[in-house]
Amino acid sequence: MSQTITIDPVTRLEGHGKITLKTNDLGEVSEAYFSVTQVRGFEKFCEGRPYYEMPSLMARICGICPVSHLIASAKACEAIMSIQIPPTAAKLRRALNMAQTIQSHALSFFYLASPDLLLGMDADPVDRNIFGVAKADAKLGLAGIGLRRFGQHMIELLGRKRIHPGWVVPGGVTEPLDSAKRDEILGMIPEAYANVRLALDWYKGIVDRFRDEADHFANFPGAFLGMVSDDDGLEFTDGKLRLIDAEGKILLDGLEAAQFDDHFGEAVEPFSYMKFPYYKPLGYPDGAYRVGPLARLNIASHAGTALADIELKEFKQLAKGPVLGSFYYHHARLIDILHGIEVIEQIMSDPSILDKHVRATAGVNRLEGSGVAEAPRGTLVHHYKVNENGQMLWANLVIATGQNNNAMNRGVLQTAQRYVKGDKIADGMLNRVEAVIRTFDPCLSCSTHAFGQMPLSIELLAQDGTRLDEVRRG
Amino acid sequence: MSEVISKIKVATVWLDGCSGCHMSFLDMDERLLELGSQFDLVYSPLVDFKVYPESVDVALVEGAISSVEDEHKIHHIRKHTNFLIAMGDCAVTGNVPSMRNPFGPDEILDRAYQENVSLQAQIPCVIVPALLETVRPVHEFVKVDMYLPGCPPSADTFYTVLSDLLAGRTPDIASLTRFGA
Repeated sequence: MSQTITIDPVTRLEGHGKITLKTNDLGEVSEAYFSVTQVRGFEKFCEGRPYYEMPSLMARICGICPVSHLIASAKACEAIMSIQIPPTAAKLRRALNMAQTIQSHALSFFYLASPDLLLGMDADPVDRNIFGVAKADAKLGLAGIGLRRFGQHMIELLGRKRIHPGWVVPGGVTEPLDSAKRDEILGMIPEAYANVRLALDWYKGIVDRFRDEADHFANFPGAFLGMVSDDDGLEFTDGKLRLIDAEGKILLDGLEAAQFDDHFGEAVEPFSYMKFPYYKPLGYPDGAYRVGPLARLNIASHAGTALADIELKEFKQLAKGPVLGSFYYHHARLIDILHGIEVIEQIMSDPSILDKHVRATAGVNRLEGSGVAEAPRGTLVHHYKVNENGQMLWANLVIATGQNNNAMNRGVLQTAQRYVKGDKIADGMLNRVEAVIRTFDPCLSCSTHAFGQMPLSIELLAQDGTRLDEVRRG
Repeated sequence: MSEVISKIKVATVWLDGCSGCHMSFLDMDERLLELGSQFDLVYSPLVDFKVYPESVDVALVEGAISSVEDEHKIHHIRKHTNFLIAMGDCAVTGNVPSMRNPFGPDEILDRAYQENVSLQAQIPCVIVPALLETVRPVHEFVKVDMYLPGCPPSADTFYTVLSDLLAGRTPDIASLTRFGA
């Protein structure tokens, strides 16, 4: 008899995700649905507003990665203006984007994931937070706070605010960098290196304890999408997109933002406000793909900076082709951080970074424009249409986390198939389901909320609605 | 001052906002550990307690009220909270989330799930909560004890407000932050 299992945030107050599992006639879990329960409407309510407002408005999609939205949005506006921004403005934005990648990854790795990794998947909930991490391993906790502070303070130095800086505008940035701020940024770099080195060494020391999770957390073949530089290196801001398959074969290359819609579509499922992007030639759901730190490292042939190159080489030895286990998103995040610090150091050491020409101006020269950037969680696309007066007519946003939607669903299914047996929900289910979703670091505020741990209860129901089993945390 | 026998219980709640207020709260950096030794964070996206406690001393609420789920939550929170702070411009005025109000929920949903879609166009309706007709600030639903504007309020603002409240002082909000700050 087939059954439906619901993992529901019944308890009420912090539930933004809900999971439903269906079993087949043999009692095996055959389908899994991860529902996202919020929608905000930026694609619609931008209508009628001037396009040059979009970077600061669209940044309000997310307080964790506002800089990604600033950059993708500004690039879409610059396509409408048909201009190239001054080279120094481009460098400053690259540095800003790396600062944001560092602070966001520090949040994910240290504040949200490291309680599991340090204290164990079944630790007391009282300690499963950054306070507990700092208590159990002060050096690790302070390294995490320090890395997040590094990224946020650098954003503040460049853009005057840690969150929602207004500095990035269509055409470049509003004001050049001065030498005092440049020197302060350079002065913070040695500590940042020490902190990420500590984290990498620590991670490599404990990862073997999680072999089972690494094998079963959304570990499956599938495609990866991400940005690369002209010479196939890691790139977050000014590269082109590449799609590879599970063997590493290139399916699409040199893709510009404006071509995104030609190759990728979005499907809707009735159970979630988060859409399901897919690669059109393979259809839905076969054309689902992953984005983010793991995708970027699988796609790039090298990092392009000395220290990250060493780490990336080691990372690539985890598998013959692309690394398929989503648990390794954690590892990939630390390599992104290391690379980010190196890129910032390079950019800030370039004398031209103090150049005063940082903003180009133009009016509306095209009625449509797209922009793309690598957000911490992966590829982010903004696509706008305007009228002759520059008023917004339409927008479509393809958010990084949305592109991992299918993989998160598959990951939940994989975990469920391991931990649900017959009409019983095994004890490890709740923690593992949370943890498998957390490997993707879903920035659900880009489409919903819940960046911490979700309250979950699981109900295992017979088809007639009879409750067979229930597990609840809270 | 009487001897403190138990630490005050603080909650942070995230409704229809961007999480930027919570990020700014985290921007207290090491000072958060110092404050954390003076209060218990009993409910928050940042910690792992799943149920809103029966009795919370101070709740910081980020975001506006935009879905039936948000509405349900804010009433529950008010009932179990002594001192409720509307945290950030979305909670205080509706701010960016309320920009959808002139369009209404149907147009919002049509754009996202009918127009900007290449397959299986449909409005999600299973499991997901219904949207309210309009997005409104927290005080239109429940009594608010303190307004903390800003997009987001700065980490220094959070530090001063929490330090004052822990010491039994009333913070001077106007000197710390403003709408749009």
